[in-house]
Amino acid sequence: MFRSMVVSRSKSIRFLMGGLLLAIASHAQAQGTNDPDVIRFNRDVRPILSDHCFACHGPDAARREADLRLDTEQGLKGIDGQPGVVTGGSLEASELWRRVALTHDDEQMPPAEFGKDLSAEQLDVLRRWIEQGAQWEGHWAFQPVAGIAPPAVEAADQFVGNEIDLFVLSRLREAGLEPSPVSDRRTLIRRLSLDLTGLPPTPEEVERFVNDSSPEAYERLVDSYLESSHYGERMAMFWLDLVRYADSVGYHGDQEVSISPFRDYVIRSFNENKPFDRFTVEQLAGDLLPNPSTEQLIASGYNRLGMMSAEGGVQPKEYLSKYIAERVRNLGGTWMGVTLGCCECHDHKYDPFSTHDFYSFEAFFADIKEQGLYSGAHQTGNWGPNIPVPSDEQRQQLQQLNREIADVQKALDTETDALAEERAAWIATLPTWLTATPAEMTSEQNVTLTLQDDGSILASGENPANDVYRLSFRDLPEHVTGVRIEVLPHDSLPRRGPGRAGNGNFVLSELVAHVGAADGATEVAPFASAVATYEQTGAAGDNPYGKWAIAAAIDNDEKGPTWGWAVMEQAGSPNAGIFVLAQPIAGGAGSSLVLEMRQNLDNPQHTLGHFRVSFTTAEPTLAGALLPADISAILAVPAADRDEPQVKRLNEYHRSIATSLAPLRERQAALVQQRDGLDRQITRTLVTESVEPRMVRVLNRGNWMDETGEVVTPSLPDFLTDYQLPTDRRPTRLDLAMWLVDDQHPLTSRVFVNRMWKQMFGYGLSRKLDDLGSQGEWPSHPELLDWMSRRFIESGWDVKGLVKLMVMSRTYQQSSISNPRRDELDPFNRWLSRQGRFRVEAEMVRDNAMRISGLLVEELGGPSVRPYQPPGYWAYLNFPAREWQNDAGEKLYRRGVYTHWQRQYLHPSLLAFDAPNREECAADRPRSNTPLQSLVLLNDPIYVEAARVFAENALRQGGATFEERMNWAYLRTVARPPRPEEMSVLRRLFEQHLEIYRADPEAARKLVSVGQYPVPQDLDWSEFAAMTSVTRTLLNLHETITRN
Amino acid sequence: MTLPASIARRTFLARSGVSVGSMALASLLHGSAARGANHFMPSDMDLNVDGALGVLHHPPKAKRVIWLYMAGGMSHLDTFDEKPKLVEMHGQPMPESVTSGQQIAQLQGAKLTCFAPQHPFENYGESGQRISSIWPELGSRCADKICIVRSLHTEAINHDPAHTFMNTGSMISGRPSMGSWLWYGLGTETQSLPGFVVMVSTGRFGQKQPIAARQWHSGFLPSRYQGVEFRSVGDPVLYVRSPDGVTEPVQRDVVDAVQALNQLEEARVGDPEIATRISQYEMAFRMQTSVPDLMDVSDEPQSVLDLYGTQGGDGTFASNCLLARRLAERGVRFIQLYHRDWDHHGAIKDHIAGTAAEVDRGAAALLTDLEQRDMLKDTLVVFGSEFGRTPMAQGNGRDHHLAGFTMWFAGGGIRPGMSYGATDELGYHAAEDKVSVHDIHATLLHQLGVDHTRFTYKFQGLDSRLTGVEPARVVNEILV
Repeated sequence: MFRSMVVSRSKSIRFLMGGLLLAIASHAQAQGTNDPDVIRFNRDVRPILSDHCFACHGPDAARREADLRLDTEQGLKGIDGQPGVVTGGSLEASELWRRVALTHDDEQMPPAEFGKDLSAEQLDVLRRWIEQGAQWEGHWAFQPVAGIAPPAVEAADQFVGNEIDLFVLSRLREAGLEPSPVSDRRTLIRRLSLDLTGLPPTPEEVERFVNDSSPEAYERLVDSYLESSHYGERMAMFWLDLVRYADSVGYHGDQEVSISPFRDYVIRSFNENKPFDRFTVEQLAGDLLPNPSTEQLIASGYNRLGMMSAEGGVQPKEYLSKYIAERVRNLGGTWMGVTLGCCECHDHKYDPFSTHDFYSFEAFFADIKEQGLYSGAHQTGNWGPNIPVPSDEQRQQLQQLNREIADVQKALDTETDALAEERAAWIATLPTWLTATPAEMTSEQNVTLTLQDDGSILASGENPANDVYRLSFRDLPEHVTGVRIEVLPHDSLPRRGPGRAGNGNFVLSELVAHVGAADGATEVAPFASAVATYEQTGAAGDNPYGKWAIAAAIDNDEKGPTWGWAVMEQAGSPNAGIFVLAQPIAGGAGSSLVLEMRQNLDNPQHTLGHFRVSFTTAEPTLAGALLPADISAILAVPAADRDEPQVKRLNEYHRSIATSLAPLRERQAALVQQRDGLDRQITRTLVTESVEPRMVRVLNRGNWMDETGEVVTPSLPDFLTDYQLPTDRRPTRLDLAMWLVDDQHPLTSRVFVNRMWKQMFGYGLSRKLDDLGSQGEWPSHPELLDWMSRRFIESGWDVKGLVKLMVMSRTYQQSSISNPRRDELDPFNRWLSRQGRFRVEAEMVRDNAMRISGLLVEELGGPSVRPYQPPGYWAYLNFPAREWQNDAGEKLYRRGVYTHWQRQYLHPSLLAFDAPNREECAADRPRSNTPLQSLVLLNDPIYVEAARVFAENALRQGGATFEERMNWAYLRTVARPPRPEEMSVLRRLFEQHLEIYRADPEAARKLVSVGQYPVPQDLDWSEFAAMTSVTRTLLNLHETITRN
Repeated sequence: MTLPASIARRTFLARSGVSVGSMALASLLHGSAARGANHFMPSDMDLNVDGALGVLHHPPKAKRVIWLYMAGGMSHLDTFDEKPKLVEMHGQPMPESVTSGQQIAQLQGAKLTCFAPQHPFENYGESGQRISSIWPELGSRCADKICIVRSLHTEAINHDPAHTFMNTGSMISGRPSMGSWLWYGLGTETQSLPGFVVMVSTGRFGQKQPIAARQWHSGFLPSRYQGVEFRSVGDPVLYVRSPDGVTEPVQRDVVDAVQALNQLEEARVGDPEIATRISQYEMAFRMQTSVPDLMDVSDEPQSVLDLYGTQGGDGTFASNCLLARRLAERGVRFIQLYHRDWDHHGAIKDHIAGTAAEVDRGAAALLTDLEQRDMLKDTLVVFGSEFGRTPMAQGNGRDHHLAGFTMWFAGGGIRPGMSYGATDELGYHAAEDKVSVHDIHATLLHQLGVDHTRFTYKFQGLDSRLTGVEPARVVNEILV
């Protein structure tokens, strides 16, 4: 299935080491392409046409003027006898030239009001292109990745480390430049360590490398960093930006969502050197692979990383259209390096993508189970399909618990003679409850009381504040000793009742029995006692009984008329109250009884919704008061007449309450509770679940309410590859992913290689990392980009191999220091006559300080962590309102990649250093240089804490003298010893501050106590604080946060 | 890629042999005053600005913007858009002809009935503007200063995307907010404060809807143009306070040592980025003093505190209005005050009166104060929400509404004492002289001397602009 699986590993990359003279035949195609006198359509002409002409004469059919396209060969040169606007070799015969050469004329192109006049240089390019024959080329990035051989370079001297250098050197020579010398070893190891692991090298690594003179030393270093688990953390950063990984949903309340296993999947994949084609397929369609593994399901979380909303009032259809459109933008941004977003509303203005293409891409994602509105998710945390991802330890614990639970269950299910005896005894104690059917039922407030088939009574209709029900019974059994009232759930009631209050509760304030005598008079038959299966304990602060006791229902209201029996916590479950008569009622034919049920709570609507009355003539006890209806029915059948299912059911029920089994049941409950607790601890992660695809239409102007557009199915634009989708079934995300990693796809490999180049050199070969389309940038070294891309594909998408290829080049190992000649000839360093110098990324700014100070906790993966964040920073989040809770202990000192990523309020230290909020695909981070960054490094407590721990370590481990300590500290900070003039600046600072803090030891103590890390008590506060000033300085240096 | 213009500048400076660092430091030390004239004054027709635009497209009418953002969705019908017909129709079904095919938020599937304005309207000022009586201060003191536009419409019906649309011109995340655009394009006139400042107050009556920091994000513009939030609780700007145990002189020493070592590094490797770093540390250190100074209103006379009705420092809208004036005086380009209290789904009669009372005096004081200092003429004040509210009842409140709502404008070349545009007789659709959010952006840029069609930034291969790709127009009718 994957190319990486079928390509032999023997193709793995061999490096051509320095000094080896390369005798590679020059490739015809490669030769001459860089001749500056030859105008090339793609390099020189297309950018001009794209920027100045395509808006009206390009791919967008709706806005096309004069039916003229300048983005196709046919449009430019004519087709089938239709004249074109360009004739190679002839300016006179080229209408295009006539028009662009005009000035102050109605026919002038571009029209003056368009505001995009051509410069003299641009006109010159067009003129020379036509004169040279007007050779046309398709847009470079959409052409197949060429199989180019590296150029031969004369006197390819010591500079050449591998093929990359041949391409670079050839171009440098044309520009009249020479490469820079190889960096000194300290710079080199620091660069390599930062680029490959995101951390500065340890002093031990530096010393080992500096002192290792073997020719393999550098390659060994490269290999060791590639094998480091920090490599995956480093690589994950840019990938997580692309796939917009975050720990919150982004829209409205920006609630948290659990998907950190996806982040760890990315880290693990880079560390395991998962081939990029497999990495791609797993994310887009891991759930569609046969028998997907947990790993692949976690990967499929990619499709669920977009923003989601739980805002009341959201129209689900609108948000479904937002979610799916964002997926297409992300697909374009992450894999294809093209901007598809504009096609949601209109055909692309510059690249040949149409609105139809956009919605056809959408159709690939139409099977993803999701909701436009995740109603209530701000309370439930349920954001759609997710799976638990236990750690190995948790998985073992879980298995063990489940095994024990099963064992106990088995014991509970086993029938024994002893149980049979116990059962017989139990049945003998059960009072028989006779369901009593009222002859009449009234409600003072005209509530409708309806007798149900099971003898129960259901209230409906008006829902009054208070009420009194009166139930009249006739011809009672003889010798009634007690009354049972079962309060029962019912679907018609709030929270299933049994009461009619919004929370399902009721309050029975008083139950009064009026016994009728033969002469028609009545008298009250008092109750002696009452018991209940449950009495509410909540909201009982003012209740004189301390709870909502059933005793209050027979107390003649002596503690007030409102108190009574209630069951709030048990809403939705059945309960029962047993009322024991002080004197049995004689009963018999002609007898009558009216039960008056007063419901007087001052909090309105706490009336009974569903209940049943029964009488007993035996001793009324709680035993069996709450038998399920079917068990009561079985018990009513004489023992000898019960059939087998009845016996089985009765036995089963009895085992569930049998006293002798209570210890086992308790054990089981404890085990289940333990397991549920463990379940709650296990991290869950969003995954993709595939369902019947929903209908996708082209939305006119992107309007989600429009239902007139064409219905589309998954399909692919045809100008990129001739890849054939299956025709016998609906194509899926898996097909889409396989298309992306098809070895003929022109974009996927180029886009990835270009971005990897940026990691290693500071800029892409094409500097627009987010757009390789027409409006992107012609790459500085197109042949090199193609050569690496082809090699990347043929290596089986071997990412580490690609990285190694880049860093083994001499181009990579060059010094980054410029000089006036380079600045003059190549101010942007396009021709790579030196390495790049740039500030490290946001997470690495933090990682650097953690590693240098010694605070770094090198633990891999896990749920996101919360380092210090200023209080109140989340004040404007709501639903729910939140305050960030700083973590404690080791979690404070993890790498930046693990910091909780809140989309609406990203951690301010990360934000200040240009980390994106990840609401959309971010292909490139800007590298700004701002005062807020200075404030972070100067004052964010984590950097102050790092400085004081660094100072403590310098004092303890750095040697005895200030010089020794500075040597020690500098080596950790920038992998080199300090220079004398640096030493004197720091010495002055130290001495001044030593004096200041000696005069103010309290200030010293405060400074060295910043943060949670234990504060040593055995150091001289003043010296410690003065050294902290020095280490704060080191952590604030430009050099410290710069990779050079 | 960072700013091409700045790189070009650096390249030029490198060639001319001038150290960028020393130039940057010099400009930091002297600020714009060093150039001898206030180059922003329209009078001398000098259109040069410090920002990426370099030169304005035409003489500006406004130098700065103060945007009073009534977050949550202020009901236009109970505040500035009087609808007698709605009183007449109160309790009757909303005509289906008005609502059919329209986007509805929480009232989806509900019976739609007309809901009368909850407070009487009155004539205010010489201009006789019709304004609800819940605005006694604004009505009596400012009716003749403001221009009420009653024909706004927007594209989003939920808070989050509607805020994003109002601030960035797009519902899709990732575009710069208007304050960032202005700071980027026009630069700023302060050397010790950010060019784009945001403050947020929270009221006591409506639902407390969230506000995302995305609303002041710089999007695809360089992140130094991100709005900076000034807070009333905790550090006024994040990390602006020196660590415990570090006095100002001690902090200065550390910064000096950093600068000295950075200068040594710069001399050794000649990387212009180091010069920028040096200037940013100077700015950061200055902010440690200038921000607390700005927030400390003890130098304001009692009469000014009385005017606003605040003692300052309490995080109220009035307090933020006073700080906005102080920021404006110091040259901050774009100041945005959010007041989170306008989401009145229920009990709107009492709640909107309550929220209006939280805002009324501060807003009126701000206009009065600016005018007294002769700053209103070149300060554009904008007042409005992300959307309006339905003419239909939601219980005894109103739901979100995108088809018609109201904003008002003052100062900065806006015609005072007038109103413009209208909704239909039930206040549902913007009907006359409709004004889109992009039109507001175009107008705002116009007042600052910028042609919105020519103010672009390359992003994803496109010449992106605040007003997007659809046509937008400057609302000339409301301009002086």
